[in-house]
Amino acid sequence: MGALLIYSLLPLFWLFVNSTKTQAELLNSFGLWFSGPNALWDNIVATVTYNDGVFVRWFGNTLLYVVVGAGGATFLAALGGYGLAKFNFPGKKAVFAVVLGAVAIPGTALAVPTFLMFSQMGLTNTPWAVILPSLISPFGLYLIWTYALDAVPTEVLEAARMDGAGEFRTFFTISLKLLAPGLVTVLLFTLVATWNNYFLPLIMLSEPTWYPLTVGLKQWSAQAQTVGGDVIYNLVITGSLLTIVPIIVAFLFLQRYWQSGLASGSVKA
Amino acid sequence: MKATHSTLRRTAVAVATGLALSLSLAACSAAGGGSAETGNADDIAAALKEKSTITVWAWAPAVEDIAKAFEKENPNVTVKVVNAGTGNDQYIKLQNAIKAGSGAPDIAQIEYYALPQFALSDALADLTDFGFDQYASDYTDSTWGSVNLGDGIYALPQDSGPMAMFYNKAVFDQYGIEVPTTWDEYIAAAEKLHAANPNAYITNDTGDAGFTTSMIWQAGGQPYTTKDSTDVTLNLQDEGSKKFADTWNQLLDNDLLAPTPSWSDEWYKGLGDGTIATLNIGAWMPGNLESGVPEASGDWRVAPLPTYTAGDTASAENGGGGDAILKQSKNKLVAAGFLQYMNEGEGTQISIDAGGFPSTVADLDSDEFLGYESEYFGGQKINEVLVQSAKDVVPGWSYLPFQVYSNSIFSDTVGQAYANKGDINEGLTAWQKATASYGNEQGFTVTEK
Repeated sequence: MGALLIYSLLPLFWLFVNSTKTQAELLNSFGLWFSGPNALWDNIVATVTYNDGVFVRWFGNTLLYVVVGAGGATFLAALGGYGLAKFNFPGKKAVFAVVLGAVAIPGTALAVPTFLMFSQMGLTNTPWAVILPSLISPFGLYLIWTYALDAVPTEVLEAARMDGAGEFRTFFTISLKLLAPGLVTVLLFTLVATWNNYFLPLIMLSEPTWYPLTVGLKQWSAQAQTVGGDVIYNLVITGSLLTIVPIIVAFLFLQRYWQSGLASGSVKA
Repeated sequence: MKATHSTLRRTAVAVATGLALSLSLAACSAAGGGSAETGNADDIAAALKEKSTITVWAWAPAVEDIAKAFEKENPNVTVKVVNAGTGNDQYIKLQNAIKAGSGAPDIAQIEYYALPQFALSDALADLTDFGFDQYASDYTDSTWGSVNLGDGIYALPQDSGPMAMFYNKAVFDQYGIEVPTTWDEYIAAAEKLHAANPNAYITNDTGDAGFTTSMIWQAGGQPYTTKDSTDVTLNLQDEGSKKFADTWNQLLDNDLLAPTPSWSDEWYKGLGDGTIATLNIGAWMPGNLESGVPEASGDWRVAPLPTYTAGDTASAENGGGGDAILKQSKNKLVAAGFLQYMNEGEGTQISIDAGGFPSTVADLDSDEFLGYESEYFGGQKINEVLVQSAKDVVPGWSYLPFQVYSNSIFSDTVGQAYANKGDINEGLTAWQKATASYGNEQGFTVTEK
């Protein structure tokens, strides 16, 4: 347990400690403890103003990709997973096989073919190139599917239908609430995946103004290896710290909803 | 402008280059551009008068300033400079755009080691179509040799990286170490330094493809030969390759190399606090020392690269690159005009001012450049050493037509020798094998020697 804590918290600790140092102190001091005057605020100011505030732009891009991409992916997974769990139709087994297959293929392997397809459609180097692939979450779909099997008792649906509720009304007023813990789980997964997405935007976007934080910070870091480039590791580190704050907030906020068994006891066994 | 590698990039490059090469070798040329594919100086001048926009993919900060200066002189032309990524990151995007047939810029910055890959896959415009072959004598032999592939000229050289040994004089003085002139003396210096201070190393090296090929170049090796653009011969155990590996093995085996990856923050730290005492690297390094390790100002000096035989002067190029016009460009004449301005005209001085080491003979030989006394280097006239190195570059070197991929698998092969403190020769053999099998898969005829 102790080792696990160190393993998971040490990088965060390092990140925080080093965000408080100037570029010079960063290279001259011991990495795991504070040194020199606290430069955290200066670093933050420098990070958000460097290069005409491009960091803020990247931050906004990331938010856009996450809200539309992860939010959309969760919604689509909810619709699809629920449908597959609660309705019968021909070809369901085939859909199951396709979904499982899709879970097994890493996104990285699909990136280049996706690029070629998007290029034909004129979508590369636009936000759509990042958002559209993010909307598809086979794993999320599968998770909702299996979750819905138990979490939404068919008896409840039948009762709703008996009372005259249409399928859409049933879904939005009853099923979605019962699915909430599963949805939050999927949302967290897709949120983290889109927030961390690096390879897809790297390939799709060539215009720095559309970069998400991951690709942008990498570009700042790569500056240290170019002729005449500024070495700004202090900004890269401070930028990374600012980048993880929203994810931490999202986790703390969403974990309240992350309880299982909401529907337990709603029907007689 | 320097060679680095990381796992993520490696996968990416592997995927991207594989696709692009197989495509190009299937004799499918990239979609041709607009009206004027060729033209002389008058055509270029006329094109610059019309309203137009070109896009340039470049990561060197100087290009931004060059574009501004160019726009001032040519008010009808808009030059859009985009940093699409440094080195490999940009090559991935370029390969994808070439494969897709659209989306590539008009001009792209491409390092010398990567140029054959793009040129031989028919992605770049041949600059002889614009009469640029007349500029041959304006550039150093080694940089012109890097852009002149087969019968074509595929880029104008921008910066170059003739190698030299940068050393921390303060550290050398502290431990009474003489400046080594041969690699044997260098190894002796490494031992003396490390014995005196176990935290200090003569240099760092965790296995870097760009460094290794440059060192083989200096040792007189010619491991890569390409005929008719698809017929490749590989020999990473030729005399020069072995000479380098045998020498470097002595440093590796005896733990005399700092286990610090180049360009990391620890690396900058080591250069600042004296635990990395020398760097054998390209002539662009002074600018990076000044901006990356300002606190070591006054400590560093530069000397010629050590050689294998006393009294010899062999040198090699390390890094550096040029700018190429893409076949996809719809505005080649305007692109040619900008290219000319950037690397033939006023742009060269802007690039030099930003820390780039020029490849143009006139700039290298100018009194102003040679006489520059670097405050960072304790007032030393560093360019005298660096320009001499440019003249001493061993002729006849060439890179592979799939060097970007080959470099990306360096750490899986030669890097293993480094990680296990093994024999670099074995690593080179493994590298050759993996490179050859990739080349064959891509449709090249690879002969191993």
